[in-house]
Amino acid sequence: MAELDIVSPPSSPAALSPKRILVILGEPHRVVLALLGLSGLVMAIHLMDWAWLPQYLPKLGDGLLMTLMMLVASVIVGFLLALPLGLVQVGGIWPLRWLATAFCTAVRGTPLLLQMWLLYYGLGAVFAQFPEIRGSWAWDYLRQAWPYGFLALTISFAAYEGEVMRGAFAGVPRGELEAAEAFGMSRWQIFRRVWFPRAVHRALPTLAGEIILQLKSTPLVATIAVTDLYAVITQVRQATYLTYEPLLFLVAVYLCLSGLLILALRWLENRVPTGQ
Amino acid sequence: MQHQSATRVVTQPQNDAAKSATAESAVEIHDLHKSFGGVDVLKGISLTARQGDVVAIIGGSGSGKSTLLRCVNLLETPTSGQIAIQGEPYRMRAGKNGALVPADRRQIQRIRAHLGMVFQSFNLWPHRTVLENVMEVPVHVLKTPREEARARASTLLDRVGLGDKLDAYPSFLSGGQQQRAAIARVLAVDPLAMLFDEPTSALDPELVGEVLSVIRDLAAEHRTMLLVTHEMAFARDVATHVVFLRDGIIEEQGSPTQIFESPRSEHLKQFIKSVA
Repeated sequence: MAELDIVSPPSSPAALSPKRILVILGEPHRVVLALLGLSGLVMAIHLMDWAWLPQYLPKLGDGLLMTLMMLVASVIVGFLLALPLGLVQVGGIWPLRWLATAFCTAVRGTPLLLQMWLLYYGLGAVFAQFPEIRGSWAWDYLRQAWPYGFLALTISFAAYEGEVMRGAFAGVPRGELEAAEAFGMSRWQIFRRVWFPRAVHRALPTLAGEIILQLKSTPLVATIAVTDLYAVITQVRQATYLTYEPLLFLVAVYLCLSGLLILALRWLENRVPTGQ
Repeated sequence: MQHQSATRVVTQPQNDAAKSATAESAVEIHDLHKSFGGVDVLKGISLTARQGDVVAIIGGSGSGKSTLLRCVNLLETPTSGQIAIQGEPYRMRAGKNGALVPADRRQIQRIRAHLGMVFQSFNLWPHRTVLENVMEVPVHVLKTPREEARARASTLLDRVGLGDKLDAYPSFLSGGQQQRAAIARVLAVDPLAMLFDEPTSALDPELVGEVLSVIRDLAAEHRTMLLVTHEMAFARDVATHVVFLRDGIIEEQGSPTQIFESPRSEHLKQFIKSVA
């Protein structure tokens, strides 16, 4: 029996040597494409008006920070909420299961923009009517816009990921859980050591896509007066009467962010080569 | 006789006389019944495996042999009857519909941790390396110090011929290698009895031999085993005791020589002829 190399993980793009990358980049069609892209960039820099950029850089930085904070916070908190949402839909008692399904369906079935406005203009106005709330420490936060943006993004992410996690939990092969049971693990240990990590690993490719979608949902917070990157660019457009330059800049930034996210999540996925 | 024990549920206190009488028995099954939704799968099985016994359980498909094995570590909860592991009976109580339910989850987990099971489909945890799979139960259930568990795990993996695959993930191993790793995972808990549920049925024919030879070595060490198998030649070779199950009852049992060379029941004669 010929012995295969079954120990080393399959080579991934990340494992390419610099020499090999040079060879790949040297292929003719890639060279042509790269030149086209480069000339486009050079033309954009020379023919377009970028004089506004240096003076807005600090504001753009703040906006970028706000965008990233919205993304990271809503993804983390949303995912933490998605776990119980997915779990009770797989193994919960019927009232919980019913509630979770209703929540996911309602949130996924309505526009995020609508939810955000309902929270900001609706809930925000309700809060303002109670002197107890207006007088409390919480008012410092509740009268700002970002908590509502964060809340809307979090609820949306939780609902979508609740569905993803439901599928992921249900999809972990029964035998793997049975093995854990047969070796005397407690229910919590089975969850923590096998069920949960396996479900997350199975869900990772989907989650990666959903996080990119979430990034692209963050500009909606600009509609409720949260100054994210998109809102700063809108200010730039109003102040300079420029249209394409700020928007192209925005495209470039979102592309870079998406690219970085994809690389990071792919790295995470490849850490456990389950060969599936 | 069967009705008598359906009411005599298991929570009888253990007196010393009973303990010393069963001290030699590793697994003791008394009048075990199991039905799935009204279908009787086991209809009163009594069976004792003393320490060092290798009990082969044979029979046609649907005869209940896997169910019987899965009752030993309570992966299936018997409808009635009594099971004791090394003289300690599982504490069960009567549930709502008269069937038994576990009375003490912790006791079951404690006993299970010393009853390794080898599954037909291996059921290694695919998100952990082979070494981590073998270390998992000692470290997280038996609370063995990590370094000690690691040293022992790598010795055991060496023993089953996987000394060079410690850091490989299960999905990069052949079926035979995965099953040998699963056997090492069982050995790591120092089992009171090893339960084998058709360990070679999912393997390609050319891989069966390597797994059987590992099991054969363990049998030669006088480890207690319950072995559900279709490999008649192997059962005849390694078993100290053979049990022929048909239609939920033990139709015939005895030494391998008795069973395979002078079967008494017509069904057993036919069965041996059909698998030979």
